[in-house]
Order: sequence, then C-alpha cells, then structure tokens
Amino acid sequence: MSKPEVAIVGIGMHPFGRTPGVSGQDQGVYAVREALKDAGVEWKDIQFAFGGSQAAGHPDTMVSKLGLTGLQFINVANGCATGGSALFSAANTIASGAFDLGIAIGYDKHERGAFRIKTKEQGLGDWYGKQGLALTTQFFGMKINRYMENHDISHNTLAKISAKAFRNAEHNENAWRRQPISEEQILESDMLSYPLTKFMFCSPAEGGVALILAKADQAHKYTDTPVYLNAAVVRSRRWGSFEVMAPWIALEDSVGPTVDTSKAAFEMAGIGPDDIDVAQLQDTEAGAEIMHMAENGFCVHGEQERMIQQGETEISGRLPINTDGGCLANGEPVGASGLRQVHENVLQLRGGAGKRQVPNDPKVAYTHVYGAPGISGVTILSR
Amino acid sequence: MADQVPIEKGLFTWPSEDPRLIGSRCLDCNAVVFPAQSGCPRCAGDNTQVKELGTRGTLWTWTIQGYPPKSPPFEGDIDNFEPFGVGYVEIHDEVKVETRLTTANLDELQIGMEMELSFVPLYQDSDGNDVITFAFAPCEA
Repeated sequence: MSKPEVAIVGIGMHPFGRTPGVSGQDQGVYAVREALKDAGVEWKDIQFAFGGSQAAGHPDTMVSKLGLTGLQFINVANGCATGGSALFSAANTIASGAFDLGIAIGYDKHERGAFRIKTKEQGLGDWYGKQGLALTTQFFGMKINRYMENHDISHNTLAKISAKAFRNAEHNENAWRRQPISEEQILESDMLSYPLTKFMFCSPAEGGVALILAKADQAHKYTDTPVYLNAAVVRSRRWGSFEVMAPWIALEDSVGPTVDTSKAAFEMAGIGPDDIDVAQLQDTEAGAEIMHMAENGFCVHGEQERMIQQGETEISGRLPINTDGGCLANGEPVGASGLRQVHENVLQLRGGAGKRQVPNDPKVAYTHVYGAPGISGVTILSR
Repeated sequence: MADQVPIEKGLFTWPSEDPRLIGSRCLDCNAVVFPAQSGCPRCAGDNTQVKELGTRGTLWTWTIQGYPPKSPPFEGDIDNFEPFGVGYVEIHDEVKVETRLTTANLDELQIGMEMELSFVPLYQDSDGNDVITFAFAPCEA
C-alpha cells in the first residue's frame, strides 16, 4: 500500500435526522467541537478549514461561533460530493505542505420531501422542471429498472438492502431511522418510482460531521489510533455515461464516474477491492447500493443477487457494506453525507463502533459517494 | 377554446406538419444531443448544427412517477395528481432522449419496445393557454 501523507486524528458528528430548533450551522458547530475534543486540540490550533453546506448557509460564517482566529476557511459546493470534496481539498492542503493541521466540515438542513431541483443551477431549461422531469428519484428508478432486467436482480434483493440499513442503524445512536422494517413492509410501501418503494429511498435530512486532519508523521501527537488517508479522489462524468438530471444520453454506452473514481483511488492507494474490509457505498436508494457494489469493483455485474441473498454484505459478512445504516437510515444532509461515511469508517478501523463493529478486525476501509450531475468521490482509509 | 403554446421555444418544431424534437449534431464527430447546444460534449469542439431528430425509437428504460413533484418547478396538477410514465427513448442512430410517456401503466411498458413521438397538453399557463410538450407513446402493433 502507498505511504499515506495525511491522517484523520479527530472525528465529530451531530446526529442525523430532524432536529427542530437547531440550525444546520449549529449542528455543524456541534460536530466541530466534538472533533476538537476527540483530537485533544482547540479551535485556535486549527490552521485551515474546508466547509460544505447546500441548504444551511455559508460554512465560513461559523467562525463567529467557533472563534475568530483568522484561519484560512474555504467553502466548497459540489452537490452530493460536497463532503468528499471538502475532505479531498483538506487532505491535499496538508499533502502540499501548506499546513499541518486542518478540518473538513459538512452540515445541512433540508426541507421535507424530495430535493427541490433548481433547473437553472443544473444547467437545464425551465421546461425540464415544469414537465416533471427534474427529480433525482426518477433517475434512480430508471437506472435500477434497466439494471435489474440486464443483470437479473430481484425485487426481494432491493428489499433486503433496505432491511439491512434499518437493522444496522438500530445500533447507531447518530442514525435517523433506527426501527427495523421487514422486507414485506418495504415491498408493500408506496411505489414512488417503479421499481422503488418509499422505504427503498433515503430522504433529505439534517446533520453535521467534522474531521480533523494532520500530517501523517505528526498524527501520534494527537491520537493513539490515527486513521490514514490512502486515497481521496473526485471525478465527473464522461461521454456515454447515464447520469441523474440528463435530458439526453449519448448513443454509445460507457461507464459512469464511479468506475473512474474507484479505479483511480485503488491505483493511488496501491491496493485492490479484495483488500477492503468494510465499505460505505452511496445508497440514496436500495438499487444504488447494488449497482455501486459492481461499479466500485467489489463484484461483477449480477453477482450482487447471490451476495445479498447470502448475507455477504451484512456486518457479519465477508464485505460489510453501510454498517451505520447508510443514507437509507441516516438520510442525506448533502454537505455532511460523504463525511458521515468517513466518520463511520474511522470508528470501524479504531474498533469503536460498538454493537455494529464489524468482527473481521478491519484494517482497510472504503467510502463512495455519487450525485448530480454525474460526480463521484471515493476515499480509502487504513490504520 | 384555449390557445395552445409550446412549453419552451426552440425545443421542438410543433406546431407544424411533421413536428420533431430539435437537437444538434457535431459537424466534426457526428455526436447528437438534445436540446440543441453550441458545444460538443463528445469532442469538446464548438462546430455544431441544429438537427431535427427522428420520431421513432426504442424504450431504453422507464419508471413511473408515483408522487406529485414539488412545485415549483413542476407545473402540472398537484391536487389531482395522476402518476405519469418517464423514460429514455433511443432514437435510432441519434441519441437517447428523456421523455414523458403517454402511459403510466407498467403492464404496457417493456424495455426495447418501439415508441413514437407525440405532443400532449400538460397544464394551463397563467394566461389560460394549454401548454404543449412532447411525450413518447408505444407504437400501435
């Protein structure tokens, strides 16, 4: 494995879900304070910050609550990959030698219901939204519908993904939906976008996550259990891929940005999919987790049916996936969601995930996000 | 009777004898996209020309929008919402176009089936005009 230059030395999180009366930014501030405590440092020690929030205000304004120390604070906005982009930026800031200790912050607070898409912001005409095409949920329904037909994935396997998410979240005090739901209930809930039912979709939500990063060779100053960042990669779509918010797709088919991002991350880390002990994959709906298993290189297309039916991606399985309940049980506060995955992997690598700790003594962990308009972010962590 | 107006100018040639969607084609690499745009996303050039697209294709994938979209941006009837079909139709040798479908009955939809272009009224605008957009329909057997 490649020699890492950056370590995560502190993590903090405000519970995901709905917290009436607490602003998105205050959830971010809470997460920062938790991360500072975890690393045993003070806000004045932090030399730089990258922060992301889609719907809850500019992150750099939080310095008025955390302390006006004059640090370099840069806001990032990159759709569902906002958290991954904040982490990418912070990691490379340290790797460049510019600073030794910094923080990546993500928080959000979305209105209820599906994301309200502003078509102009997506580079699309008003007609697209007016006629009812500007819905992320439609894309997910259409992508998995075709995938199920081409690769023999069953409806029951979709339900198993959701059931696993809620079951895993039962042991995660930071998760939103912690009540196990049966496969039957999942399949019989409202059909929102065929073949996906209500309980197969995650919801926009609230929450905050902060990660403190240090130069790898200084990590032991802050923690006995540093987690190293072996790769952080963000990529956008290429010609021929099938993406959310697309009025057209090219005639020729090609792989999506997840495939490119994953390959680049494994190359950067100098390892392969077989070396991963635990993975957090973007599961904005049950079908996404299935397709992303193959797109990230963890199986061939179609193999998911057997893997999921046999429980290989359960916490006790060969490759545990979405051990904290994923987006399905945590909801998706866009700015924070990708950082939640990293937070969970740090816990798992430290052996501190409590009742949802994977039992395979994990050494290498993987995160993946995907979002509009065809963007993906991957990290590989190790201890 | 209310006037009929297109949902957006430049998107399709309706009203006309043989109404079609308006895309663009790259004169350097032949890539076709919809709606028309000035740059080519395939070869990154800017030598594109407006092209009227074919009216038939095959259903590449589909879903059914089962709940009312948020308004704005949606302009359809929320209070008496009726689910509608959405899909991508692969227009032969040109491009896959995202489109509303004229049916929301999943028994009538099958990946690979032949589809043809039609134009349908969608909602009334603030001036009382019927707003027309494109939708693909299963071909008559």
